[in-house]
Amino acid sequence: MATNTGTIGFTAIASEDVGAQRASRTRRLLRFFRRELLGTFGLLTVVLIAGTGLAAELLAPYNPTANDFGAMMEAPSWQHLLGTDQFGRDLLSRIIFGARTAMIVGLSSALIGGTIGLIMGVGSAYFGGKTDLILQRIFDVFMAFPLIILALAVVAIFGTGVQNVIIAITIPLIPRCARVVRSSALAIREVPYVDAARALGFGHTRIILCHMVPNVMAPFLIMVTAFVGQAVLAEASLSYLGLGVQEPVPAWGLMLQGGAEEYASSAPWIAIFPGVAIVLSVLGINLFGDALRDTLDPKLRKR
Amino acid sequence: MLRYVIKRVALVIPTLLGAAALVFVLMRLIPGDVCVVRLGSSGGTFDPKAIAQCHAELGMDRPVLVQFADFVWGFLHFDFGTSMWSGAPVTSEIWARLPISLEIAILATVIAIAIAIPLGAISALKQNTWIDVVVRIFAVGGIATPSFWLGIVSLLIVLDVTSALFGAPWMPPIEYVPIWVDPLRNLSMAFLPAVTVGYRYAAVSMRMTRSAMLEVMQEDYIRTARAKGLINKLIINRHALKNALLPVVTLIGIEFAFLIGGLVVTEQVFNLNGVGRLFVQAVQNQDYTLTQALVMLTVMVFVICNLIVDLLYAWLDPRIRFS
Repeated sequence: MATNTGTIGFTAIASEDVGAQRASRTRRLLRFFRRELLGTFGLLTVVLIAGTGLAAELLAPYNPTANDFGAMMEAPSWQHLLGTDQFGRDLLSRIIFGARTAMIVGLSSALIGGTIGLIMGVGSAYFGGKTDLILQRIFDVFMAFPLIILALAVVAIFGTGVQNVIIAITIPLIPRCARVVRSSALAIREVPYVDAARALGFGHTRIILCHMVPNVMAPFLIMVTAFVGQAVLAEASLSYLGLGVQEPVPAWGLMLQGGAEEYASSAPWIAIFPGVAIVLSVLGINLFGDALRDTLDPKLRKR
Repeated sequence: MLRYVIKRVALVIPTLLGAAALVFVLMRLIPGDVCVVRLGSSGGTFDPKAIAQCHAELGMDRPVLVQFADFVWGFLHFDFGTSMWSGAPVTSEIWARLPISLEIAILATVIAIAIAIPLGAISALKQNTWIDVVVRIFAVGGIATPSFWLGIVSLLIVLDVTSALFGAPWMPPIEYVPIWVDPLRNLSMAFLPAVTVGYRYAAVSMRMTRSAMLEVMQEDYIRTARAKGLINKLIINRHALKNALLPVVTLIGIEFAFLIGGLVVTEQVFNLNGVGRLFVQAVQNQDYTLTQALVMLTVMVFVICNLIVDLLYAWLDPRIRFS
């Protein structure tokens, strides 16, 4: 009986705790929205674009790959809100489906590259010594390649297409994340609870994943958000060069490649709208990232 | 200082060797045999004898380590082999296109610094006024705008404005003329691409100048300078700006990498026959000798740039070289 009430009491306290935690999280979130107006605007833009990409089939008024040779290079009208391109494809529909491509490439490159970098960075700091030295030299080598140059070299090997573009953008992001995470993790390694965990006989994997990774989440989240913007820009650049996503997959960079320059003066909408989509989404991601940094980085919070 | 220089230069060597090894391995990861591709493109049959001969010609029958040593040795005296596509020596292919890219890169840097430092400093000194807001919007926009789109739009505007003003559209010239031969023609060609590439550069440096300046203005020595009655102009120029520019110098070096990436795309927009365009063509044509030479060259430029920046930083800030 006694144990029973004890358990109930404990559960009650625990659920109260969780409730309080949840409340404080909501409060923190609300404070973020109130204080970081630009960041909230950025977040809304990103959510809007990601939602557009997810619900592309429902939102797009036309098939993005269907040619309509009776309506080539038509100016924006009620029928085609953003006009049509040189093959008579509806620009709005292509931009809506392009959001899906941009988000798939941007999010997966940033998340995969960031996570691999996170584990390598924390591991490098945790093991220290020779492992750290060797990993650092390897990061140095990869960091010597500008992002787009390394991505182009990878494309030269694996070829074009969505999947290869993701690989090409992910690889240069790994050392960039590992570097930043490592420097934060170095400070955490010296904290007594890591020693305590080691003394208790916990394995390396457990210490790295349960004790160190959660403590470098702030720089990691800031990096990953910035990576999404960089990846979207890199994908657009590669596709614009004809070395990224290939036709008929709708992608913003690709839309600017085809006829955009050629028809710039006769049909400027072909050149303008996909670019506006790129700028808006990267702007949204960056504004959100900046606000996140200001909120998570205590050094900046003081100011 | 000398000890620092030696230490820093010594760090460059393993990085460059590692990069060479990476490029060497990457180029050998390419699916298929280079010789099969080569013989295939000339319509020849895959005679094992011809392939063996081709391997011997390319030195591919030697041990991998010997091949790597040969590859590094080639780079050390700027012998990159011949282009697999045009058959011309890679060095001459690059050399012919270097001036145009170099000029745009330098012009973009000059434009970016000339805009970024004064605007960034003013933005910090007038924090939270309308000037600050405008500068910050300009900066955030620069980081989000892809250079190729900016290029397309600026060309569009030039076309429309010139045809409205003169009745006939004007396009910047494509052919490269050295600046000492025809300065006007040269600059009219390089100006728009430089602005296009430089916008991002300016935006990033501006943000850095602003935040560095904000930080420095709160330092104790600025308060001391104020307390002893120094005039504001002297405080800003002598004490604040000089120290605020340190991180900006580093950033300019790091951003040079983005500049190279930007050039690759921008030269395509403006139809300029520079090194960036050559790079894209090399990848498109699967010209591996040219691609590896250009990748290695970019890495060398980048690493040396960072070295110069680090040395400059150490020279400007004694705390670095003595730590």
